[in-house]
Amino acid sequence: MNSNLHMYILAAPLLTSFFLDIFGRKKQGLIAPFVLGSLALSSALAFVVLGRVLETGPISYTVGAWLPPWGIELLVDPLSGLMLLLIAVVALIASFAALPWVRKELHDRVHLFFILYLILVAGLMGLVLTADAFNLYVLLEITSITTYGLIAMGRGRAPLSSFNYIIMGSIGASFYLLGVGYLYLLTGTLNMADIAQFLPALQGSFALGTALAFVLVGLWIKMAFFPLHGWLPMAYSQAPSGAGVMIAPLMTKVTVYLMLRLMFSFIAPGFSMYETDLQSMIVWAAAIGIISASALALGQRDLKKMLTYIIVAEVGYMVGGAWLINEPGITGTVLHIVNDALMTLCLFLAAAAIAYRTGSLKFENLTNLYQKMPLTMAAFTVGAFAMIGVPPTCGFFSKWYLLLGGIEAGQWGYVVALVFSSLVNAILFFRIIEYAYFGKGADDHGHAAIERNEAPLMILCPLLLVAVALIVVGLSSGPLVENLIKLAIPAGFLG
Amino acid sequence: MEQLTSEILAKYNYWIYVVLMMIGFYAMIGKRNLVKKLIGMNIFQTAIILFFVSTGAKAGGKIPILNKYEVLEHGVNVNSIVNPLPHVLMLTAIVVGVSVTGVALAVMIRIYRKYGTLEEDEILQKIEEENG
Amino acid sequence: MDLTFSIWPLVAVLVSLLAAVPIMLSNKQPNLREFWTLMAAVVKVAIVVSMLPGVLAGGGYVFTLAEVVPGVPIEFRVDAFGIFFALIASFLWLLTSIYSIGYMRALEEHAQTRYFASFAVAISATIGVAFSANLLTMYLFYEMLSLSTYPLVTHEQNAEAKSSGRKYLTYILGTSIGFALPAMLIVYTLTGTLDFTVGGILADKASASTLAVVLVLFLFGFAKAGLMPFHGWLPAAMVAPTPVSSFLHGVAVVKAGVFSILRIIFHIIGPDQLAQADIGWIVTTLASVTLLVASLIALTQDNLKRRLAYSTVGQLSYMVLGAGMLSAVGMTGGILHIGMHAFGKITLFFCAGAIYVAAGKKYISQMDGLGRQMPVTFAAFLLGALSIIGLPPLGGFISKWKLVLGAVDGGQLTLLVVLLVSSLLNAAYFLPIVYRAFFAEPPAEAASGIKEAPIFCLVPICLTAFGSLLLFFFHDTFLRLAQLALGIGG
Repeated sequence: MNSNLHMYILAAPLLTSFFLDIFGRKKQGLIAPFVLGSLALSSALAFVVLGRVLETGPISYTVGAWLPPWGIELLVDPLSGLMLLLIAVVALIASFAALPWVRKELHDRVHLFFILYLILVAGLMGLVLTADAFNLYVLLEITSITTYGLIAMGRGRAPLSSFNYIIMGSIGASFYLLGVGYLYLLTGTLNMADIAQFLPALQGSFALGTALAFVLVGLWIKMAFFPLHGWLPMAYSQAPSGAGVMIAPLMTKVTVYLMLRLMFSFIAPGFSMYETDLQSMIVWAAAIGIISASALALGQRDLKKMLTYIIVAEVGYMVGGAWLINEPGITGTVLHIVNDALMTLCLFLAAAAIAYRTGSLKFENLTNLYQKMPLTMAAFTVGAFAMIGVPPTCGFFSKWYLLLGGIEAGQWGYVVALVFSSLVNAILFFRIIEYAYFGKGADDHGHAAIERNEAPLMILCPLLLVAVALIVVGLSSGPLVENLIKLAIPAGFLG
Repeated sequence: MEQLTSEILAKYNYWIYVVLMMIGFYAMIGKRNLVKKLIGMNIFQTAIILFFVSTGAKAGGKIPILNKYEVLEHGVNVNSIVNPLPHVLMLTAIVVGVSVTGVALAVMIRIYRKYGTLEEDEILQKIEEENG
Repeated sequence: MDLTFSIWPLVAVLVSLLAAVPIMLSNKQPNLREFWTLMAAVVKVAIVVSMLPGVLAGGGYVFTLAEVVPGVPIEFRVDAFGIFFALIASFLWLLTSIYSIGYMRALEEHAQTRYFASFAVAISATIGVAFSANLLTMYLFYEMLSLSTYPLVTHEQNAEAKSSGRKYLTYILGTSIGFALPAMLIVYTLTGTLDFTVGGILADKASASTLAVVLVLFLFGFAKAGLMPFHGWLPAAMVAPTPVSSFLHGVAVVKAGVFSILRIIFHIIGPDQLAQADIGWIVTTLASVTLLVASLIALTQDNLKRRLAYSTVGQLSYMVLGAGMLSAVGMTGGILHIGMHAFGKITLFFCAGAIYVAAGKKYISQMDGLGRQMPVTFAAFLLGALSIIGLPPLGGFISKWKLVLGAVDGGQLTLLVVLLVSSLLNAAYFLPIVYRAFFAEPPAEAASGIKEAPIFCLVPICLTAFGSLLLFFFHDTFLRLAQLALGIGG
C-alpha cells in the first residue's frame, strides 16, 4: 500500500526547513514545535518502515519513475532502515537540547540554525537511502555544506576550524568523486548494485584498485580515520553545543555506514582484493589509529576536546572491525555504529549541560560537579562506563563482538589496540570523575555546602533518557543482533 | 623515452587533469593564505570536472542532440555522439562546487571581521595572544 | 543437579540494588534511611537462607534475565559454591550494616547517604558474582563491584583518598579489562560457551600452553584476589572508613576475587585439565610466594589496618593455594577458608574500627594497655586472631587442617613447609598486639576516659567472634556445600 512511506521520513525535515526559511524569522514561537514535530514524525515513520522492511523485505523507490539502473534508486533494507531510525531518533533527542542552547547563543538567528540543522538531517537520511554512487556524492556534500555552516556559527575560533574543515572535506569529497568517475569508466553505470555486477569480471585490474582506493580514502577523510582526522577535533569542539550534540554522534557514524555499504556492494567475499594484504593493512592502520588517537586524547585538558579524540579512536574501532571481514567483526561494527552514536550523544549532551551551567569545560572547572549537578553527572558516568566498555552498558557488547572478530581473524594488533583504548578511556573518564567528585581544595572533606544547580530540563530530560537507553540497548543487544543486524549483513559475509 | 612520450600524448587529457589536480592540492595544503587555499580548492575541483567531461568525449563524436524521428527509425549510433551523462553529472558537481565556495567565502568574511587578516599564521598568532 | 526456574536469585541480587533508591531519597531522615538498609539486609539473608535446603538436597535455582550474546545469557544460577559465598556475604552484610550505623554516627561522618547507597550497590554486585551462571554475568557484576566501591574507598575525599582511589581503580579495572576480558574472549572463541560446569568446559578444547596462558590471564585478571604483584591496591584502600575495610576488603571484594579465580579453576578450566597439562604449579607457586611475602610485610606494619590488609593478602593466597593443590581435600580446604577467614578477619577489622571510634588510635604502638579499658573488644580480637592463625577451637583450624592434609596427600612437602611457616608468621604479627593491649604498661599520659565503643559497634563484634568459634563445631553445612561445588561425594 504505502510503499512510499520512507520518502516522508526524509521529506518531513526537508519541507519543514523550507517552511522555517519563510516564516521562521517573523514567528519565532513556531520554530520549536515545527522542528520537534517534523523530527518526531520522521522517527515514528522510521520505526514503522523498519518494522515493515523486517517483515516484507527491502523497499525500493525510484525517483521520478526512472527505473534503475538509469534513474536514482532509494532503497530501504534492514541496514538502512536501522540507520534511518537511528538518525531520526538521535536528531530528535538532540534537537531538544539544542533549543535552549541556540536561544542562548544565537539569539535572533535561531531559525537560520534550524534550517541548516533540518537540511543536514534530511541529507544524512538521503545518504543512508541512496543506492546511486553519484547521488551519494551530492548528498555527502549537502551534509558537509550544512555542517560547515553550523560549525561556523560557533564562538571563538569556530570560523577558522570550519574553514579547515571545508578544505579537508572538499578534498575528501573530490577523491570520492574521482573514484566514482573511474568506476563509471569501468562499468558504465552508477547504480551500486549494477556496478557490483560488473566487478567480478574486473578483478585484479589496476584501474579498479585505483577507483576503490580513491573512494575509500575520500570516505576516510570524511569520517576522520586516523591519520586523516586533523580537521575533526577543532571543528567538533568549536561547534556550537546545539549543533555538536547532533553532528558528533551522527556524521562519522553515517560515513562508516557508507563505507560498509560500499564494501557490501563492491567487495563481495571471494573477491581477490580481500585475500590480499590490503585487508590486513587496513586493520593494522586502524589499530595504530586507535592507539594514537587514544594517546592524543590523554593530552587534552578540555572535556569536549577529549571527547573529539575519542570519536577519532572509535572510528578506528569501526573501520578495523569492518575490514576484519568476518561475521563477528562486521556484526560488531554495525552494533557499534548504533552504540557509539548513543554513547557520543550521551556524552555530548552531558558536556552541553555542564557547559550551560559552568560556561567552561576545562578540567579545572569541573570540580564538585557531583554535588552541583548530580543527575547530569549520573548520566555522564553511565556514558563514560559505556565508552570504557563496562557491562551491561551497550559499549561492552559491541566491543565484545569486535574483540571476538579480532581474535577469530588472528589480528592481535587490533585486539591489543582495542584493549589499550578501553584502558585509556578508563583513565580519561576517571580523571574527569575525579575532578568532579573531589572538591577544589581537596581538603574540605566534602563538608562544604554546595548548591545544586542542574541543567535546564530541556537538556536534562533527553540526557537521562539516553543514559537509560545505553543500558537498555546493552541488555537487548542479543535480540538486536539476532533479529536485525544479522539480516542487515549480506549472506556472503556471514558464517 | 619515445614510448613514454607517446604514452603521455595518447592520454594527454588524464595528464592534464593530474597536473591540475596536483597544483590545486599543493595550494590547499601548502599555501598559508586562506584565499589561495580556496583558489586551490577550485582548481582541484575543476581538474576533476575536466576529467569527467573528457571521459565522455569520442573521436568524431557530435553533440548529443538527436532528431527524434531519425532515432525512432534507425536507432542511435552511439559512436556518432559524445556520452552526455558525465556532462550532466558535472553540472551537478559544478553546483556543489559553487555552493562550497560560497560557504567558504562567507566563513572567510567572518574570519576577516574577527581577526582583520586572512593569513593563517597571523590568525593563529592572534588566537594565541587571546588565549595567553 | 536438577534446576528449578525461580525468580528468587534475581530478587536476592536486586533487593539491595533497589534499596539504594529509597536510601538516597531519605537523605534527610537518617533513621528512615538506616531502616531501609537493615530491611534490605534482613530480606537478603532470608532469601539466601530459604534457598539453602534446596541446594543442600542437590538442586539449584536458575533465572535468565536476557540473552545478550549467542549462547551466553545474563543468567543467575544458585549452586552450592554460589550459595556458600552468598550466605557468608549476606549475613556479614547485615552485621556490617549495624556496625556501620554505630561507626558512622559516632564519628559524625559526612555524606552518609552516599555511603549507605554505595554499600547497598556493592553488596548487590557481590551476590551477583556469587549467583552468576556464567563467566560473562560474573564479569558484569565483578566490574559493578569495582565501580561501586570507588566512592567508598575515596569517602574521605582528601588528597590521600584521591591517590588511593586512583591506585584502586588502576589495579582492579586495569587488570580486569587488560587480562580477564581477553581471557574470557579466548575461552568463548574456543568453546562457544561460558557456562560454569563442574569439571570445566575446556576439556579437549585447548592445548597445554593455551591453558597456561588463559590461567595466568585469569589469575592476574581478577586482581581483587590480591595475588602478587597485583596486591598493592588493598593496603592503599585502607584509607576507607573501617566498616568498608572490614566488609569489603575483608569479605566481599577480596573474596569476590578469590571466588572468581576458584570458579575459573573449578568450573571453567577444570582441575582435571590443570592436572593433565601439569600447570597446577603456576597457581601454587604464585600463591606461596604471595602468602609468605605478604606475611613478612605485615610484620613490619605499625598501622593496624595496614597490618590487617597485608594479612588479608596472605590469607587470600591460602584459598588460591588450596585450589591449586588439585587434590579433593586441598580444594575443599581452599573453599572452606573463604568462610573461616571471612568471620575471623571481619572481627579483627571491626575491632580496629572500634578502637578508632573509642580511643581514636590507629597505630599498634599506641595501643599499650588499651585492653584493660576495652576488654570485650580485645577479647574478640584475640578470638579472631586465633582463628586466622588456625588454632583450635576456632573455625580457621578446620580449613587450615584440610589444607595441610591436602599438601600431605599430594606429597607436596614444599607446600607443607610454606603453610607451617606462614602460620608461625601469622602468630608473630597478631599475638604481640593482644599482648601489648593486655600486659604492657599504658603510657603515663594515657587518657583514662576511654570506654568500649558504642553498642551498635560492639554487638556485631561479639557476634562475628562468636561465629568464628561456632564454625569450629558446626561446619558440616559449609563442608557439604564445598563438596557439592567440587562434585565430589561426601
